[in-house]
Amino acid sequence: MELRTHSVVLEAEKCKGCTNCIKQCPTEAIRVRNGKAFILTERCIDCGECIRICENHAKKAVATDLETLAHYDYRVALPAPSLYAQFKVEKPEKIIAALYRFGFDEVYEVAFAAELTTCAIQECVENHPKTNAAGPYPLISSSCPVVTRLVQIRFPSLIPNLLPVDPPYITAAKIFLQERLPRLNIPREKVGLFFITPCPAKITDLNNYGQPLVDGALPINLLFGELNSLLPEQGTVQALPLVHHRSGGIGIGWARAGGESWGVNAENALAVDGIQNVARLLEEIELGKFHDIRYIEALACPQGCVGGALTVENPFVARARIQKLAGRDGAHTLSNEVKMMYADLKRQDAHFFTHDKGIPDQSVLRLDRDLAKAIEKLNQLEAILAKLPEIDCGACGSPTCRSLAEDVVQGNAQMTDCLFILREQLEKLARKLLILAQNRPPAMDWANEKEEENDP
Amino acid sequence: MTEPHVRLEIPVEGNNFTAAGEAASRVKKTLQKLGIDSTLIRRVAIATYEAEMNIVIHADAGKIVLQVDADGITVLAEDRGKGIPDLEKAMTAGFSTASDRVRAMGFGAGMGLPNIKKCTDYLAIDTEVNIGTKVVMKFNYPAAT
Ligand SMILES: Nc1ncnc2c1ncn2[C@@H]1O[C@H](COP(=O)(O)OP(=O)(O)O)[C@@H](O)[C@H]1O
Ligand code: SF4
Ligand code: SF4
Ligand SMILES: [Mg+2]
Repeated sequence: MELRTHSVVLEAEKCKGCTNCIKQCPTEAIRVRNGKAFILTERCIDCGECIRICENHAKKAVATDLETLAHYDYRVALPAPSLYAQFKVEKPEKIIAALYRFGFDEVYEVAFAAELTTCAIQECVENHPKTNAAGPYPLISSSCPVVTRLVQIRFPSLIPNLLPVDPPYITAAKIFLQERLPRLNIPREKVGLFFITPCPAKITDLNNYGQPLVDGALPINLLFGELNSLLPEQGTVQALPLVHHRSGGIGIGWARAGGESWGVNAENALAVDGIQNVARLLEEIELGKFHDIRYIEALACPQGCVGGALTVENPFVARARIQKLAGRDGAHTLSNEVKMMYADLKRQDAHFFTHDKGIPDQSVLRLDRDLAKAIEKLNQLEAILAKLPEIDCGACGSPTCRSLAEDVVQGNAQMTDCLFILREQLEKLARKLLILAQNRPPAMDWANEKEEENDP
Repeated sequence: MTEPHVRLEIPVEGNNFTAAGEAASRVKKTLQKLGIDSTLIRRVAIATYEAEMNIVIHADAGKIVLQVDADGITVLAEDRGKGIPDLEKAMTAGFSTASDRVRAMGFGAGMGLPNIKKCTDYLAIDTEVNIGTKVVMKFNYPAAT
């Protein structure tokens, strides 16, 4: 599967070619050439770091626009739990009410699906053999699609460590289609299923899921302003028309870093957030460290999904809000409704919550598929690197001197893209010019003498 | 004519826990650049990391040398240090002479050498008390499928 659709794209007109983004990208996916940045598709993991950093707002996420809603008779919102952290409200009911006022006919909480996902992860972790001799350790959650992609392209040896449990937004859509849709008595094509997303990566993941699940993904920051103005007044109690399953604290907690592992409540678990932190941890796991840890929650965004690139609120504030909302009921248990529904869905389909799609190794690290050629290229790369200043200035448009060397070896850049090399070569050329300029035909020797006379 | 190969030599400092793991990490990255099978890389990385840590914990100074060619991968871990008086004992799972201080840092479970044994296709350890230790680890490429 070579062709992949991405949600993060560059708007060339807005790009000033400043090279700020190339250093932030965790997979070195961005290059600046001819004064414009561009994204190397096979390397991009849709983490949104470049969206966050670009001051010219030249990077954006391709999502659904609001007009699309008009194409459907019955519109369903699947709000990510992180939506609840965006507003100053004492309970999520108000936000759900605002979604109805906005024009959705039904709200189906992804937070509720997250509680079912919690059960699925618990079971997987529980059933995993306890010694690392018996299987890959530690297990790594695949709830954040950015982390899954990062593993595929930079840490493929950890693919067996990924938990095969679908993330909540996938499960939410699947349950809706299986449980609710048949009862609506409306043809599928008239029902619009819209995921309200904190990040571009979930959009990409839904697009690439293999079977169409949702009809669109709406960024939180697209809806924020209007929803904010539609929130019910302080104190008013809103009767919610049609929420079939309400999430408890555990599902809501999924919006923040540590929330998933708080819900799963496994022994020896670890939660890490922020893409660079995740990459560092994966790096160490590849060296065989942490085999005493059973399960790792890893989220690409700072503070977790509340820090998603398409959210509005400050991630720290948002995280604190989620903790408050999630802890509202105090209880750290899943409701009987969740447990029964989980058992039910599993009875109908043992693999309802898990996938057996082989996650392919898409390493972007190798220089060549042929070992002899790769060896040759690596030696060339090192030889080139030795000539470069190794200060990683980025002026060449590649993020580091090493990546420029690699780009040169692969035929995608030239040595003289490096300003230092260019200057060196100009200097050599200038010296040659000088020598040439001084080299006069013997018949004009008088000119040399004259020049000497003129010297002070 | 020498056949095409890649050679990488990385010095390792004894007792420097800040830099510990860097050599194994560089070995791993080099193998990734060469497109080596990821399961094999994982074995090499784990074995190299353990050998590197043994230099950091048990020796004064040393180096890791990686050599890759068409025949396979060789990692050499060589150090100046106290050496291993009883190699057979050192190879047993759980045996460790690491200090309490080192154990408090989470090292010294006595699983390093047994893990190295498990991860390598060929292992030779040459050691002399008060001189140093030389660990040669070889890995074969998986049979083509
Ligand atoms: N490079 C080395 N130099 C000196 N002693 C070593 C070296 N490597 C291993 N040893 C000895 O062998 C023992 C077992 O090594 P290992 O299995 O790696 O366990 P650990 O490092 O956890 O103690 C060590 O405790 C140490 O006494
Ligand atoms: S979305 Fe992330 S991986 Fe993709 S180009 Fe931007 S920073 Fe790089
Ligand atoms: S942490 Fe959450 S919001 Fe951020 S990329 Fe991952 S799934 Fe999306
Ligand atoms: Mg050891």
